[in-house]
Amino acid sequence: MMTKSVALKLGRSLPPLSVCLSGGLALIIIGGAFLAPWLAPYDPTDLASYDLMNAEYPPAFVEGGDPRFLLGTDNQGRDLLSAMMYGARVSIFIGGGAVLLSAMIGVFLGLVAGYYGGKVDALIMRCADVILSFPTILLALLVSGLARAVFPQAASAQWAPFILIAALATHEWVQYARTVRAATMVEGAKDYVRATKVIGLPARRIMLRHILPNVMGPVLVIATINLAGAVLTEATLSFLGVGMPPTYPSLGTLIRIGNEFLFSGIWWIAAFPAIVLVLLVLAVNVVGDWLRDRFNPKLRARS
Amino acid sequence: MTELPPALEINALTVQYPAPEGGFVSAVEGVSLNVRRGEIHAVIGESGAGKTTIGNAAMGLLEASAHIPSGTIHIGGKPLDMARGSAEGVVLGRDIGAIFQDPMTSLNPLFTVESQLVETLRTHLKLDRKEASAQALELLRAVGIPEPERRLKSYPHQLSGGQRQRVVIAAALACGPSLIVADEPTTALDVSVQAQILKLLRDLCDTRNIGVLLVTHNMGVVAQIADRVTIMHKARVVESGPTAEVLRRPQAEYSRALIAAVPRLDVKLDRFPVLSGAGDAASAQARAAIGSGAGRVSAATDGSEILKVDGLCVDYRSAGWNPLAKAQRFRAVDNVSFAVRKGEIFGLVGESGCGKTTIANVISGLVRPTAGQVHYEGRLIEGKGAERRTGALRQSIQMIFQDPYSSLNGRMRIGSILAEPILFYKLAPNADQAERDVRQLIEAVGLAPDAAERYAHAFSGGQRQRLSIARALGPRPQLIVCDEPTSSLDVSVQAQILNLLKDLRDATGLTLLLISHDLAVVRQMCDRVAVMQAGKLVEEADTDTLFDTPQHDYTRNLLSLVPTLDSIRGEPLSSPLSQPLTSGNNHG
Amino acid sequence: MFRAVSARLLQALLVMLVVAAVSFVMFRFVGDPVAMMAPETATVEERQELRVQLGLDQPMLQQFGLFVSRIAQGDLGISYRNQRPVAELLMERLPATMELVLVAVVLSVLVGIPLGVVCALRPNGILARLIQSSSLIGISTPTFVTGIVLILLFSVTLGWLPSFGRGEVVDIGWWSSGFFTLSGLKSLILPAITLSMFKVTLIMRLVRSEMIDVLTTDYIRFAKARGLPKNYIHYKLALRNALMPVITVIGLQIGALIAFAIVTETVFQWPGLGLLFIQAVSFVDIPVMASYLLLVGLLFVLINMAVDIVYAIVDPRLRTKAA
Repeated sequence: MMTKSVALKLGRSLPPLSVCLSGGLALIIIGGAFLAPWLAPYDPTDLASYDLMNAEYPPAFVEGGDPRFLLGTDNQGRDLLSAMMYGARVSIFIGGGAVLLSAMIGVFLGLVAGYYGGKVDALIMRCADVILSFPTILLALLVSGLARAVFPQAASAQWAPFILIAALATHEWVQYARTVRAATMVEGAKDYVRATKVIGLPARRIMLRHILPNVMGPVLVIATINLAGAVLTEATLSFLGVGMPPTYPSLGTLIRIGNEFLFSGIWWIAAFPAIVLVLLVLAVNVVGDWLRDRFNPKLRARS
Repeated sequence: MTELPPALEINALTVQYPAPEGGFVSAVEGVSLNVRRGEIHAVIGESGAGKTTIGNAAMGLLEASAHIPSGTIHIGGKPLDMARGSAEGVVLGRDIGAIFQDPMTSLNPLFTVESQLVETLRTHLKLDRKEASAQALELLRAVGIPEPERRLKSYPHQLSGGQRQRVVIAAALACGPSLIVADEPTTALDVSVQAQILKLLRDLCDTRNIGVLLVTHNMGVVAQIADRVTIMHKARVVESGPTAEVLRRPQAEYSRALIAAVPRLDVKLDRFPVLSGAGDAASAQARAAIGSGAGRVSAATDGSEILKVDGLCVDYRSAGWNPLAKAQRFRAVDNVSFAVRKGEIFGLVGESGCGKTTIANVISGLVRPTAGQVHYEGRLIEGKGAERRTGALRQSIQMIFQDPYSSLNGRMRIGSILAEPILFYKLAPNADQAERDVRQLIEAVGLAPDAAERYAHAFSGGQRQRLSIARALGPRPQLIVCDEPTSSLDVSVQAQILNLLKDLRDATGLTLLLISHDLAVVRQMCDRVAVMQAGKLVEEADTDTLFDTPQHDYTRNLLSLVPTLDSIRGEPLSSPLSQPLTSGNNHG
Repeated sequence: MFRAVSARLLQALLVMLVVAAVSFVMFRFVGDPVAMMAPETATVEERQELRVQLGLDQPMLQQFGLFVSRIAQGDLGISYRNQRPVAELLMERLPATMELVLVAVVLSVLVGIPLGVVCALRPNGILARLIQSSSLIGISTPTFVTGIVLILLFSVTLGWLPSFGRGEVVDIGWWSSGFFTLSGLKSLILPAITLSMFKVTLIMRLVRSEMIDVLTTDYIRFAKARGLPKNYIHYKLALRNALMPVITVIGLQIGALIAFAIVTETVFQWPGLGLLFIQAVSFVDIPVMASYLLLVGLLFVLINMAVDIVYAIVDPRLRTKAA
């Protein structure tokens, strides 16, 4: 129902070339990341598959490189290309998971706050304000740090992704909630919602069947831009050492590792993951920006 | 009058805009008109007629995408350069003044009245700051603002709507223009304020020898202050001439139909004279079918009370979670009592903010009252100890709303929207029957049944309003609350919708509670009327009694201020409109 | 206006309370304070004594009260890692972060606003497109990558600017400033640019969208209808209206920058609060973590209140009551 109208909107005027390219690029990176277990030449998470003897080989196309390792190896002897694919995979998993979780929480709370108003609204908004008083990175650091302190396995590769998702979602749900709340209040004042109330339809039905489809537009825009932000924040956390551990590195972790070797001339360990990270986030941002402009009626009228 | 060139002269102007599918669509085609100095020339038409484009063209404020294949505009004898939107020696703001519709948004909220007037003066006239301030003060006095020294230093949000519009007029007059273009200058204002602003415009026009191009959709305003009028329809001029002539003896068919559709204040007609449509027979049949359907009473009113409002009070408290702040209380409805009889159309009329919408919201269950009671068919539905509104009680009272563009959910098919209440209240045994019911409803309101397959954006304002009415009929109500149902519609469409409501009432025995600020509409529609002022009910009577012999001062005042076609500017004060205007009823 | 101020005060108090509660929980429950503080060879009785000394046997609310009063007196505990009072550590590091943040804010405002105006006035021009493309890259690049790239370029390759540390500092009272020495200023450049990069793009986009919105309002149209000159409308009127919401954002960004400094300080080994905090997190140095939270919370609250007051002064709708 909603996808149909989105498809109509998208089909009616094809997005500009840059957006199509970006969308394609994003899909390639995301696709490659998801299919990493099947596509990657080696499995960097399997301790048996790499050997310290292979450490610090430069990329295959540079002198001293080994054709077995296309982009070189890291300090542990892992193939960088494979590590990057797995790293992108976990970065996207965490970013996407955070977006999903925060969107679900945020949209739900926003609908409830906007529809009922009064004390419920006040409570939710107070929580939101308190959380908003702190920037994402700080809250994420806090949650990660606390989790590690409370149970040390949190740092392990198994648990870290979920801790990180929770850490990111702690702050991110607020923007969904606020936007959905504002949109719900606008829609709620419109006559078609008043009509459903007069007809006597129950609140749950009004919120889900009538209001929700009309407020999803901005949610989509936020989600796209949020994905980029979440991937960035995860990378930052990993870079700082509180994200994914070196045993199952994300792109940020790889950059952290590579940072130590930069000044000795071993540039590839940091460079390639950084490039992929920036490209991925850039692609998502371009699409997100285009979506936002598309959904903004004022901008459309002016052009 | 000295032989000055006309303030505005438009010759065979055509303005086009690019159409979404390619090519051009004409907003204005082959239009000629002129405005002499010292006269008010009104341009009237319904939405999309092109009158706003004429106004914009005269101000040189057309959109960048506008395309002007032919025609010329002269301001005070000097030609306007269409491409650049300026003229040799004619300066926008100095020789042409502009008045827009909404005074709230016309003034910049961050700057004082003084600074906004002064910047206009200093841009065009070589004045220093002190001289400009003094001039600004004079202007405020000229437009009749009380305490002008204080108001000079005020910010726009500190002034009332009427005062803001006066400031806007002052800015338009500031540099002594020869032409003023006024685009719907009083539409956003209350009746009483509107009367003052119109009088102000007329006085200024006379004393300063300015030409005024008045763009409006309100025939009454035209009658009151315009010397000449041009009627536009679908981008072309339909008729033009002195006001009294055009309004009393309209020549063109469209003019006749338009004037006839205007609700009259002096006498109640049975129906609005409109062109009848092709599907009328089918729709009448559908209405009859609904009427004879389950749970309907015949059209005859048995005089019993269906709704009784007793001592109703509604307070609004400004919301806030801050326990330290004092809550502001505002009494929207103050001890209001009235009763509505079965099968009648009861009108609740008053200016904006008088509480009529709040009462509508209480009756339809959207707002809880602070005190008082409401009885419906003998049962207590609002007030202490009231029953919860579920099932049959909920079904029985429905509502239609003012804004046709937000009253239908844009993401649902019309069929689903209309079927929802039917299915929810299990008024149809299965989905198929519900669908049939929906089609019957759509026919009853005068639309083709295939409307059920489409979405709201495919329909015009008037059609959407019909669909809203169909939705309200779905749960088989006994009482429908109509909150300004036609205020956002064009005059001719309004006439059709109001006729529809009357027909429905006749066919099905519905009771209608009609909320409106438009006295003429209320006169035409209602059996009994109540007048509200600032939350209180000041007078209640039969329609004819109230309009012909009003008892309360407020009612009398309100009636005198409504601009109507009864007395038209420029004609001798002889008999008011005594014979019905001929209209092209018999043409298809 | 009193209402707005009191609402803000209440909210500020609430935030501080929550922050204090979280800190308290961290201090008290995360890890065992006694185990952390007592020497390895302590006996059971000695540990019990320490327990009583630290007040750990009292009811929770009382402990919280004690905690709050201790905080108010400036006693923030002892760092597990350095074995020095936390308050001392914080005061030592505060100037470094604040100077960095100050320069970054000034930079982002001076660069972001003009860029945003240019993009709004000529949205389809070449300059605007260029700016917008670079801004996209700007917000897609994480701060640490920017920092590393800048270091590689200006420190390693060109050798113009230092890549770590603060350079020489001058002590003014208890504040150590890097503004007054050449090496201090040189050290400030790269970190400040890195820190401000994100905010420049944010401010630029915000100014652009606000300007565009304002340019379509009725009052700007009315200004055009009064024949006011274009430049006057754009720079004196529209910009003024557009900047109103931007003020709030800039204020809030100061707070965010203090937190973002964590990353920048890590990359450049800048001896500020952020570096201190991240070291504390890896070391699980609870007192430092909790105290950093308190300090930063307090700073945010103060800054937000200041922003609200400034806004209330600048917006006439808040200064005076409606008709």
